[in-house]
Amino acid sequence: MNGLWPWLTLFGLGAFHGINPAMGWLFAVGLGLQEQKRAAVLRALPPIALGHALSIGIIIAAVLLARISVPPFALKIVAAAILFAFGLYRLFRSRHPNWVGMRVGFGDLTLWSFVMASAHGAGLMLIPLFLKSPPQTLAPQGGAMAVHMHPTHGLEFASFSAPSLLISAIAVHTLGYLLVTAVVAILVYERLGVGILRRAWFNVDVFWMLALMIAGLFILFL
Amino acid sequence: MPLLKPDPTFYPSPRLAMQAPPEKHAFVAALNSPGSELNDALLVVDVDPESSTYGQRVGEVKMPEFGDELHHFGWNACSSALCPYAPHPHVERRYLVVPGLRSSRMHIIDTKPNPRRPKVVKVIEPEEIFARSNYSRPHTIHCGPEAIYVSALGAPNGDGPGGIFMLDCETFDILGQWEMNRGPQFLHYDFWWHLGFDTLLTSEWGTPNMIESGLQPDLLLGGKYGHQMHIWDLRRRRHVQALDLGNEQQMVLEMRPAHNPTKAYGFVGVVVSLKDLSASIWLWHRNNGTWDLKKVIEIPAEPADATNLPPMLKDFKAVPPLVSDINLSLDDKFLYVSCWGTGEFLQYDVSDPFSPKKTGSVRIGGIANRTPHPKNPKQPLAGGPQMVEVSRDGKRIYFTNSLYAAWDEQFYPDGVGSWMVKLDADQEGGITFDERFLLESSDYRVHQIRLEGGDSSSDSFCFP
Repeated sequence: MNGLWPWLTLFGLGAFHGINPAMGWLFAVGLGLQEQKRAAVLRALPPIALGHALSIGIIIAAVLLARISVPPFALKIVAAAILFAFGLYRLFRSRHPNWVGMRVGFGDLTLWSFVMASAHGAGLMLIPLFLKSPPQTLAPQGGAMAVHMHPTHGLEFASFSAPSLLISAIAVHTLGYLLVTAVVAILVYERLGVGILRRAWFNVDVFWMLALMIAGLFILFL
Repeated sequence: MPLLKPDPTFYPSPRLAMQAPPEKHAFVAALNSPGSELNDALLVVDVDPESSTYGQRVGEVKMPEFGDELHHFGWNACSSALCPYAPHPHVERRYLVVPGLRSSRMHIIDTKPNPRRPKVVKVIEPEEIFARSNYSRPHTIHCGPEAIYVSALGAPNGDGPGGIFMLDCETFDILGQWEMNRGPQFLHYDFWWHLGFDTLLTSEWGTPNMIESGLQPDLLLGGKYGHQMHIWDLRRRRHVQALDLGNEQQMVLEMRPAHNPTKAYGFVGVVVSLKDLSASIWLWHRNNGTWDLKKVIEIPAEPADATNLPPMLKDFKAVPPLVSDINLSLDDKFLYVSCWGTGEFLQYDVSDPFSPKKTGSVRIGGIANRTPHPKNPKQPLAGGPQMVEVSRDGKRIYFTNSLYAAWDEQFYPDGVGSWMVKLDADQEGGITFDERFLLESSDYRVHQIRLEGGDSSSDSFCFP
């Protein structure tokens, strides 16, 4: 069962990213309302998911690469500092992206979603999941590239080589993200209406940035 | 500090914004009359009919320097903060951005916590505007989805080109000129946009040097004031198309695009036609990917006895309507038109924008008529209906009577006076004066009105 937790966490964080109106579902709804077609909502989802996947994928890949060459302790300190500093900065300087434009195609939407996910530090939030290197002595297969399931920690990925871990992690996270994005977009477009924004758009950025800072501290105790 | 929920005055769509509660305060730009030594001020007017001070001034904040000529102004943030491509709805609608049209000085005024005690919290000096934007004479303010856009009538030396510069909505830093490629555009006045079509529109008045010493008859008769509107790519900041109304259509001023972002049409007013002194309203609309113009309303000049006319008009023996401002209700149903010359204020049903129907008319002031207000039916009034604002629910209309200091004297040489009135609008058509509401001022002239929480020309929407 322990082996499932990191995947569920990845999936859950995908869902958490998806529910944020600034991460894509609202743009899909806006495009649907502008064209007055449900198809426009659906058409917006693949590029939005792709942009998000690219943004978090780059961060995960960077961590997996760093894990090979950087000593674990140094990696931990650097990652913790990046998360904490980013969260703190964004908490007090809530700059919003300067994107302009409602007439967007596939490429525009992919880029927009990539920019939004990156500016919010979506990938950074996943870093703690990938920091732990396999214990050298116990690595059963594939040497340093393999990750061993540690009996005392839940948040580690069992027996994956880095490339397949990267692909699977992006897929699982993006699936969680896309599912929630799609469901919320359709629900708001078909049933709830955008009036719900006035009541239900909590400032998730504040929680989001706090979560990043907490994750930064958490890393130090991994 | 950011809010935890969206500012309650932000609405995703104009339809939802019409359900907003009635406003309780109006903010009014007040400028010193020629010869006065008062600094300009922003007045706060009580517009709550239940209040004991209804229709009276209940607060003001003086500008720090003399001679600003406050004119138009706007909010730091509005409903466009909910736009899906640059969402940041946890900022507050709180600060009014108030430019001095003559001084080029801009003031940031905090309307909270007490809207009756607004405070100047930041001043942007003219030199900074000149240096960072290469523009001067800041005028119209619109809160865009990602920044505040400010129109400016000209270059620092008073010539053209005029254009748009941008301000950061939180720090109020000047972000520089908006245009990347202005094409043939040179004259400038108003602007607004169709957010759903990534399109910005601008209109033309004249450069500062063409207007600041008064309306110049030789320029006017030569057709030198603005007679075009311009279409821009909002995203790429490029000029796309110039639409010429014709040389004889002089001064293309206020632009009111449909609030519904799925509709690609809007209305622009023309002050005067050289052919017959008439004024007109034109409809712009998108047609197969390009933009077209059509004159949809023409308001004729009214014959008058030359003895009742200022020197500039005596030979014509007629009063031009001089349409100076227009305003569109949030449901895109009623268009309101100020005729500053004749003193008529008109309501049109524009449900079919191609064929407006006149549904209401009242008269007050006017160059020849001097029609009194029903509250004080024996007192003739100078000036005419001018800057108009419509409440979000579309039920209340407010307007003031001064146009532009140097021009007021030419059309109302014995004094333009200073008044603000309110009308009630029937949602089926028809307008009547609120007989309790006539605010006259002996110290200031009054210009643009902004309603607390937003009004029909303060917000832009990304959802229909």
